[in-house]
Amino acid sequence: MKRLFALFVKGLVAENPLLMLMIGLCSALAVTTSVENAIGMGLAMTFVIVFAELVISLFRNLIPNSVRIPTFIIVIAAFTTIIDLSMKAYFPELSKAMGVFIPLIVVNCIIMGRVEAFASKEKPVDAVVDALGMGLGYTWVLVGIAAFRELLGNGTLLSAQIMPEAYQPILFFTLPPGGFLVFALFISFNIWLKRVMDRADRAPVKEAA
Amino acid sequence: MNLAKIFISAFLIDNIVLMRFIALCPFIGMSVDVPKSFGMGLAVTFVMVMATIVTWPLYHFVLIPLNIGFLQILVFILVIATLVQLVEFFLKKQVPSLYGSMGIYLPLITTNCAILAVTFDNITRGFNLVESVVYAVGVAAGFLLSMVLLAGIRERVRTSPIPEFLKGTPMLFAATSLLAVAFMGFAGLVK
Repeated sequence: MKRLFALFVKGLVAENPLLMLMIGLCSALAVTTSVENAIGMGLAMTFVIVFAELVISLFRNLIPNSVRIPTFIIVIAAFTTIIDLSMKAYFPELSKAMGVFIPLIVVNCIIMGRVEAFASKEKPVDAVVDALGMGLGYTWVLVGIAAFRELLGNGTLLSAQIMPEAYQPILFFTLPPGGFLVFALFISFNIWLKRVMDRADRAPVKEAA
Repeated sequence: MNLAKIFISAFLIDNIVLMRFIALCPFIGMSVDVPKSFGMGLAVTFVMVMATIVTWPLYHFVLIPLNIGFLQILVFILVIATLVQLVEFFLKKQVPSLYGSMGIYLPLITTNCAILAVTFDNITRGFNLVESVVYAVGVAAGFLLSMVLLAGIRERVRTSPIPEFLKGTPMLFAATSLLAVAFMGFAGLVK
């Protein structure tokens, strides 16, 4: 149980796909102009990575090594198609706001990377826990960036007015350059967070020695 | 005139990296120095045009008549992956000099979201084949330009004093942010 928990937490900070590994960046910056979009994108991504890791982990002994990459792509593409079509049917506005970025989950390197490095070798339970960690690690960063950008750039959160009437929205943050800048600050913050956590981890060991 | 408009807006105004955040992974990962990013940019241009020429007819003449448009994602990604492999084999055998300069970037391009995004754009924007190819060239040129620019900035940044909290990757994104501000100046170029 403790091992599974460690596996889960790893994706949130220490090996956060966006802030530490620097992969899967495209969608992270494009959809974070509003919190609503960020949540939608985060959940869509989590759905695909969980099912892709589960299926590939179940079939890991049946997939011949030489054709594993195409097989992974087909599995990932199938789940992406499912989420793309379901979102078009049930959340047409959200789907329109994210446009091409839902189909682009197929080539999101986070999924391919985890499937190749983890799910193709480990047991299904571990794979699902790993996928949940990665998916939520991705989602929290997305929602964090989006909250920052929506609040400063629009004065709202989840479309509810937060800032007082007199607040003049800083349009810069909803525009692409603002996205890059906020992301830079988030990486900086995560590096600091990881350093603090490492120090907390190391401290008791020193005392014991 | 219309073609020029498509090209300019794909190249500068809607720059794929700086304005639409697509293909950030190679943009950040490969822009270590100018020659390297130039090679990557050329390889992307090549594959992007090839992918457009293959996927556009495939969608309009095969998927639509057979009424299996929902397989678009699956088919496009497989076609692109296969295409990249074929191009790699062909270059290795026939044009070794070209392979030497851009061959190592080819496998990376399969998972370059810009390629897939362009093939989807061509369909959703309702371009015909000629417009699609022009659009692909424009997007690729925009990718090449922004990548070479960032590589140049990186070479300078390496020897500059930067604040402690921005050292490393945060600095890259801060620089990209300023580059994006510059590109926003192109916004009024085409009416």
